[in-house]
Amino acid sequence: MPVITYRDALGAAIREEMQRDDRVFLMGEEVAVYQGAYKVSKGFLQEFGEMRVVDTPITELGFAGVGVGAAMVGLRPVIEFMTWNFALLALDQVVNAAAKMLYMSGGQYKIPIVFRGPNGAALQLSAQHSQAWESWLAHIPGLKVIAPGTPYDAKGLLKSAIRDDNPVCFLEGEMLYNTKGEVPDEEYLIPLGKADLKRQGEHCSIITHGKMVLVAMQAADQLAKEGINIDVVDLRTIRPMDVEAIGESVRKTNRAVVLEEGWEICGVGAQVVDYIQRDCFDYLDAPVIRVHQADTPMPYAKGLERAAKPDLPKAIAAVRKVMYLD
Amino acid sequence: MTATRTAAKRKSDPAPQGDAALNLEMLRSMLLQRRFEERCAEAYALGKIGGFCHLYIGQEAVSTGTMSMLRPDDYVITTYRDHGPALARGMTPRSVMAELFGRQDGCSRGKGGSMHLFDANTNFLGGHGIVGGHVPLATGVGFAIKYRGGDQVMVCFMGESVVNTGAFHEALNMAGLWKLPCVFIIENNRYGMGTALERASAIHDIYERGAAYNMPRNQCDGQDVFAVRQAVGEAVERARKEQIPTLLEIRTYRFMGHSMSDAVSGTYRPKSELEEQMKRDPITLLRTHMQEAGQLTDEQLQKLDEELKAIVQDSWDFAEASPELPVEDFAEASPELPVEALYEDVYADTTT
Repeated sequence: MPVITYRDALGAAIREEMQRDDRVFLMGEEVAVYQGAYKVSKGFLQEFGEMRVVDTPITELGFAGVGVGAAMVGLRPVIEFMTWNFALLALDQVVNAAAKMLYMSGGQYKIPIVFRGPNGAALQLSAQHSQAWESWLAHIPGLKVIAPGTPYDAKGLLKSAIRDDNPVCFLEGEMLYNTKGEVPDEEYLIPLGKADLKRQGEHCSIITHGKMVLVAMQAADQLAKEGINIDVVDLRTIRPMDVEAIGESVRKTNRAVVLEEGWEICGVGAQVVDYIQRDCFDYLDAPVIRVHQADTPMPYAKGLERAAKPDLPKAIAAVRKVMYLD
Repeated sequence: MTATRTAAKRKSDPAPQGDAALNLEMLRSMLLQRRFEERCAEAYALGKIGGFCHLYIGQEAVSTGTMSMLRPDDYVITTYRDHGPALARGMTPRSVMAELFGRQDGCSRGKGGSMHLFDANTNFLGGHGIVGGHVPLATGVGFAIKYRGGDQVMVCFMGESVVNTGAFHEALNMAGLWKLPCVFIIENNRYGMGTALERASAIHDIYERGAAYNMPRNQCDGQDVFAVRQAVGEAVERARKEQIPTLLEIRTYRFMGHSMSDAVSGTYRPKSELEEQMKRDPITLLRTHMQEAGQLTDEQLQKLDEELKAIVQDSWDFAEASPELPVEDFAEASPELPVEALYEDVYADTTT
């Protein structure tokens, strides 16, 4: 099977969907002439022309709203945010327009749109460029929220997102764009709302998503050397969340660590823990432990940034703690 | 731009004013809005309409004049002050009143209420509740029209306070940049809630904001339905034929408070100003014109008024008879039953 980057997997997904359906177009900052701030849309302008690959001014609120308006009357926009950090300016359009239109119009106006871009921290980008927004977005009824961790998932989920008739927030990772993985040549789709058991183990579950999937897999590799076998549940979709997959894993392992990039308070992990206490209360052998970003804005200095971010040592420490090994 | 400051010239142009049938149709449209909203105020006082409710009374020439220049396949979007535009666009009084009453037969199935009237049949893309938030949507619809190579026009109504929002600037910039078939209509009713235009905007001829987007711009008298038709007609033509957007400031006045919780004159405008403005009631102006031109007799007017009152009464009766959304019944009868209507239309369940 061909091995390609996460970046190329995303690009292939959008290209295939644009070839398949001429209502699909890509709009955002630097997507056309510059060929994509992260080169996801390399070659698109040449292939599809400027009506379907549209450079915008720096105007997140504006072009997010343009996408919603176009979706109201039958187009299927893919709106690229250069990063989700900038999308904060567009949240009124994502939340008040995209997410609610179907409901407040009594079912008359669906909004088939994908908002996508890198989410979370990269390296030393400091406070305003290092934020993971999935818990904010997942809070909103009417939105679907996706955070793929591998090239295979990125492609299959993005294709499904573009075909979905609802607004989908698609959270990528700057640090993932160059990662590689197997992606088949033939077409495939991954349904939204389905988690993926990335690795099987009987001692402890790590429930995670997005960029942290790699960390969870590394932790599982390392812990396996000590004879500790980890069930790695990759949520892939944050909303709607695959509650069954979480329950199935925790009822098997009786212990869980929830690992995410974002902050602790009201984070995605808080929701996961709620599902666990509700569905698996009698199965738990230890309190669930969460691993997340420190409760601070992201600092710039290398050492401080490392201290703030969830990482491999913190994930391993959490597993050891939940297993009463330390 | 050449299109500005031509209102005086238009006054002398009799052409659009001589069509008796059209004038009667416009009078009917405006009077329907007026009679409908007078009953809305009553229904609000009785508790049949709840939440925020913003009446359009005084501004009817803007909606009617504008809609009279559009094709059925054009698109319209507006703010939360949407009852008048909805009716003028051709939405049925029944569907609007039922929505205001929060009933199943409402145009938005009771989910939207006063501020969120939608109707796919008339391409009425909604009343929207966040000041400025709907303007980028209009640019997006204009983009979609151009994308598909169509010749439809997108008309976007907004209050004058919208011009101070970032959304307005971002949306008009892109519409100007990409030459989209949009007509942005500022209904300048002088007050953003209780703050006068002069206290909110650094410039007072706000159509001049269009200069920043290299956009044709114009202003006209919003109490004179003929002036509205003329100005909107030019803008619609430009959008349809040349795909050039226009910023149009239509100067009107709201005869009621900002919303139902706001006294009619309030602390922010003197009663004398209101009384002065009410002398230029758009319905009276059109009616007088028609009477003077021999296009309308007192008898015809009375008959029309009676007919419209009956239509509004029918909408009230229809709304009251329409089933309520069954939340409480379900909860009381059987708490474990899902409240179906509550969870419907949060997500579209089809994928393509």
